[in-house]
Amino acid sequence: MIWVVAALIFWAAMFWLNIRLSKSAQSHTRAVRLLVPAIFGITILVVWEGVVRGLNVPGVILPPPSAIAARISTSLPVLWADFVQTFVKGALSGYVIGCGAAVLVAVAIDRSPFLQKGLLPVGNFIAALPIIGTAPILVMWFGFDWQSKAAVVVVMVFFPVLVNTVQGLAAASAMQRDLMHTYSASYWQTLFKLRLPAAMPFIFNGLKIATTLALIGAIVAEFFGSPIKGMGFRISTEVGRLGLDMVWAEITVAALAGSAFYGLVAAMEKGVTFWHPSQRRS
Amino acid sequence: MSRALPVLTVVAAILALWYAAAVWMNATWTRDQAERAGVELSVSDILTDTMAQERPVLPAPHQVVTELWNTTARKKVTSKRSLVFHGWITLSATLLGFAIGTGAGILLAIGIVHNRAMDMSVMPWAIASQTIPILAIAPMIIVVLNSLGIQGLVPKAIISAYLSFFPVVVGMVKGLRSPDAMQLDLMRTYNASGRESFWKLRLPSSMPYLFTSLKIGIAASLVGAIVGELPTGAIRGLGARMLTGSYYGQTIQIWSALFAAAILAACLVGIVGVLQRVTLKRMGMDQ
Amino acid sequence: MTQTPVIQAQNLDLTFQTNDGPIHALKGVDLEIGKGEFVSFIGPSGCGKTTFLRVIAALEHPTGGTITVNGMTPDEARQKRAYGYVFQAAGLYPWRTIAGNIKLPLEIMGFSRAEQEERVKNVLQLVDLEGFGGKFPWQLSGGMQQRASIARALAFDADILLMDEPFGALDEIVRDHLNEQLLALWARTEKTIGFVTHSIPEAVYLSTKIVVMSPRPGRITDVIDSPLPRERPLDIRDTPEFLEVAHRVREGLRAGHAYD
Repeated sequence: MIWVVAALIFWAAMFWLNIRLSKSAQSHTRAVRLLVPAIFGITILVVWEGVVRGLNVPGVILPPPSAIAARISTSLPVLWADFVQTFVKGALSGYVIGCGAAVLVAVAIDRSPFLQKGLLPVGNFIAALPIIGTAPILVMWFGFDWQSKAAVVVVMVFFPVLVNTVQGLAAASAMQRDLMHTYSASYWQTLFKLRLPAAMPFIFNGLKIATTLALIGAIVAEFFGSPIKGMGFRISTEVGRLGLDMVWAEITVAALAGSAFYGLVAAMEKGVTFWHPSQRRS
Repeated sequence: MSRALPVLTVVAAILALWYAAAVWMNATWTRDQAERAGVELSVSDILTDTMAQERPVLPAPHQVVTELWNTTARKKVTSKRSLVFHGWITLSATLLGFAIGTGAGILLAIGIVHNRAMDMSVMPWAIASQTIPILAIAPMIIVVLNSLGIQGLVPKAIISAYLSFFPVVVGMVKGLRSPDAMQLDLMRTYNASGRESFWKLRLPSSMPYLFTSLKIGIAASLVGAIVGELPTGAIRGLGARMLTGSYYGQTIQIWSALFAAAILAACLVGIVGVLQRVTLKRMGMDQ
Repeated sequence: MTQTPVIQAQNLDLTFQTNDGPIHALKGVDLEIGKGEFVSFIGPSGCGKTTFLRVIAALEHPTGGTITVNGMTPDEARQKRAYGYVFQAAGLYPWRTIAGNIKLPLEIMGFSRAEQEERVKNVLQLVDLEGFGGKFPWQLSGGMQQRASIARALAFDADILLMDEPFGALDEIVRDHLNEQLLALWARTEKTIGFVTHSIPEAVYLSTKIVVMSPRPGRITDVIDSPLPRERPLDIRDTPEFLEVAHRVREGLRAGHAYD
């Protein structure tokens, strides 16, 4: 019981601290902006630990954070192998192929207003569908190894990136196109000097959405069959064996990988579209 | 209706490609069979056979449509072989989860907009959570709740709720913050209370944002419910149909479940879209 | 003007087909513009002044009549890069620096690297923006952005400059300043300038020739050759000659509206 009480006291103290911090004069500084959510995160971990220990929640229902951390530190090689299998081989290769293909197709159909009119609604429609359902089919076609996971990722990221790129290519204003026209610029000159740069904010929007989809696709596809490694494989087998600390360890890795992947693409976006109003404020 | 022709053309092109791919991908099996039987096959034999295999690598569109028709209209809805039955199992979990997730999301968004401490502590995590493959915890939720004796609808609904929750929070916060300084100052000149400016300014101006997130949220809910059906070897629901289909190589069953899920998703998003148009039109926010 | 005109329009018609029926943007427009002239087009919105400028630039194509630019069709003239065009908004690319923006037409037209640098330096000086080449457009004021867009139009040294309400979005103090600079620039470069505006003082102050237009259908109602000297300090706007020309422009605008 002492654990639960301690956790509650800690929670109350941190709650009070966060209120003070957010009302303080320094609440707009970068440090406090990082500190407040960090305190909130730590509080959740502490309360979680306290409640699990205090109430003797069995580890097969909810392991405490300390047990998860211990599992992570003892299972690093396994986690690393799973990470390489799922993220590097499955998600990343699929992401690159899918996004690359989507941008190329968008540029290819750009010259035909007819195709654009037809493909855009169809693409939008498909982007809203539960594409993850193609996973069992693609696993059948491409086998259990990472190739099938990459294929699922390609299908998942393709349409959001396609739709965003097509929209982006239409983003250059009529005036800017007229300007290129007065220079007698060729189609390719207009594309590379005006329309692709102007499309970058849209393309990156699609690329950012695709990071999360890629990881989801690669993990869920492994539920339908995989070699004996991979994050999705580990999650589904450890869940079956009630090894929940390992499941949480994999989820931690997945969360870190997802955030880092997103952060990387966002940083690239910042470098490429530094000129866009949404990037200028900070 | 200048869009109908291009869209139909694209759809027709996809169908044509599909048929071509079906012939190409299924032909190997046809040739193998023929070789084993020692029969010479003409082109038309291959064509007809690839269109009508029982477990094709890629079923032809009409096979999927036939299967869909057989398993919806021609089976009793209570039958275990009716897609309407499986669809309803998935749909009910989706709707329950969506309602929970949306409700909780809107409440949290209101809290975030009105409480600075909450905003600063929770909002970064809500945004970060969108970059995390939350779906990965689905199997665990199912199994843990199962060991606690909770089965069936609720665990799947929780996953659905979880998936629709964060998009709604982020979109709703954006929406409640969308009134600009001038509009807020105007409310202040009327000496309006926080409650009044919430009901008369913030909430109405958040509607377009809310509906955009609702569309994302309901699609995510459906995905959540489907994935929630995968890990426990569930035997009911569209996800279970896909899984059993993939165990037994019943490709036509997988494809028909996939299409049922797609049709369901399209209907759900479509309904939200119609609600959006009607509501925004009534509020005069429709362009 | 005894030389051959730089721009010559005869009985020019342009009709847009819209869902609400045809719109006569230009009807029976006859006009000659000689080399080195500064011609303003003035009139209420819908009178076709911008459309006429766009026809000269081959951004629109007439449905009747003829027009030549330097003795060629507008399309040929465009391919020979006969003119620079300045739009209502600066329209600088936010992802390029000021210097990068000015280089844009030069890159497209295939100038050498060294020549690009040289020309950027010259035109920046011409519009009084030395030292700003490395800045991004959004780091500059509206007036400076518009000056940069004029520099961009000047960079490839076309002898015609077409300007579509270039200072319309700027406040009056900045506008006065830019008008003065534009006259100085015109005097130095001897370009032929076509200038669309809806400000009477601006038109009178800048132009050697003022074309008054009226809408429905878009047509020319008066062409005024300015008696003012080419050398024009800002306070010329208080002289009787200036006011007389302004008065005539105003009369012309009013005559265009006589039917309503």
